[in-house]
Amino acid sequence: MSELVAIFLGMVLINNFILVRFLGLCPFFGVSKQLNSAISMGIAVTFVMAIASLATWLIRNYILIPLDIEYMHIVIFILVIATLVQIIELFIKKTNLGLYFSFGIYLPLITTNCAVLGITLINATQDYSLSGSIVAALGGGLGFTLVLAMMSGIREKLELANTPKSMKGLPIAFITAALLGLAFLGFGGIV
Amino acid sequence: MGKFAKEFAKGIILSNPVFVLALGLCPTLAISTSIDNALGMTLAVFIVLFFSNIIIALIRNYVPNITRIPIFIVIIATLVTAVNLIFHAYLPDTYEALGIFLPLIVVNCIILGRAEAFASKQSVVHSIADALGITVGFMTALLMISFIRQVLGTGNLTVFGVDFGSLPVLGEHPIAIFILPYGAFLVIGLLMGLFRRTGVMKSE
Repeated sequence: MSELVAIFLGMVLINNFILVRFLGLCPFFGVSKQLNSAISMGIAVTFVMAIASLATWLIRNYILIPLDIEYMHIVIFILVIATLVQIIELFIKKTNLGLYFSFGIYLPLITTNCAVLGITLINATQDYSLSGSIVAALGGGLGFTLVLAMMSGIREKLELANTPKSMKGLPIAFITAALLGLAFLGFGGIV
Repeated sequence: MGKFAKEFAKGIILSNPVFVLALGLCPTLAISTSIDNALGMTLAVFIVLFFSNIIIALIRNYVPNITRIPIFIVIIATLVTAVNLIFHAYLPDTYEALGIFLPLIVVNCIILGRAEAFASKQSVVHSIADALGITVGFMTALLMISFIRQVLGTGNLTVFGVDFGSLPVLGEHPIAIFILPYGAFLVIGLLMGLFRRTGVMKSE
């Protein structure tokens, strides 16, 4: 149990997906302009990460390793993720149309989000157990959502700030991310 | 030949994948801690982009429009698997240093982006020029960032074991933040601001 807590806290705060591991930066800079879309994106990514971790863990441990074709994992994982995203999209569309429209374009885009393929590869290289993999995915997703939401709050204020013309938009967002990361450095000692 | 040169030059400056299009940020920031890693990553991206552009340009007339993205992804994933195995066998140090960012080339927006926006519409020769130009642009950005981070963060300049000397004060007291992940955000933010200030790039 304490191992799971360590994995979870490590993923959320210490090895944060965005600030330390640099996974999922495209949505981070693309979507973090508004708080609402940032949170929708974060939840969608977390959900897909958890399901993808479960599916790839089962495939890796019951198919790839017994058949000794582990070198195929990149192709298999990306296909699994793409298929899962399609299924989840169809499922949400059938069951909850409101949720489907609030996710909008973000759901199909998750296939090419490196956070999702990243967590499945991290789980494989760290050889986490099934529960470890899912906890790592939930922690990673929560850390992603947290930083995305914080960043969007800051960027809403930055829009109104008197930024130098050449620093407007992306450059100042990068500098803000650096400062945010430094603040997260303070969590380093808690596990 | 004129068009070949034009497609090539376009990738370096006007549509530099990193600074202008802000594509492929994850590997750029994550592995730019040393020049060695930057060159290793460039090589990996080049091999994948070169062959994916050629293959996709060759099959572009036979791929049904509706299934093109999954087909592109499978082609790219296969090439990445090959590169992964080649690096593991011949460049084990680089393989270790790049870690999960080597397999993550699959979802690098630069490669799928070029497949979708360019190679699926243009001839093989132009697609090769595009691959070369984009790679040089990617390398330019990676080398700039990793040079600044390595020199300021460690105080010395070593490329593939060859020592080019160290800086007088920084050698003893390097500014460690540049080697930490946060330094990557700082360097790319300041570089982009500088390019816009000097007029190399357009401001928003």
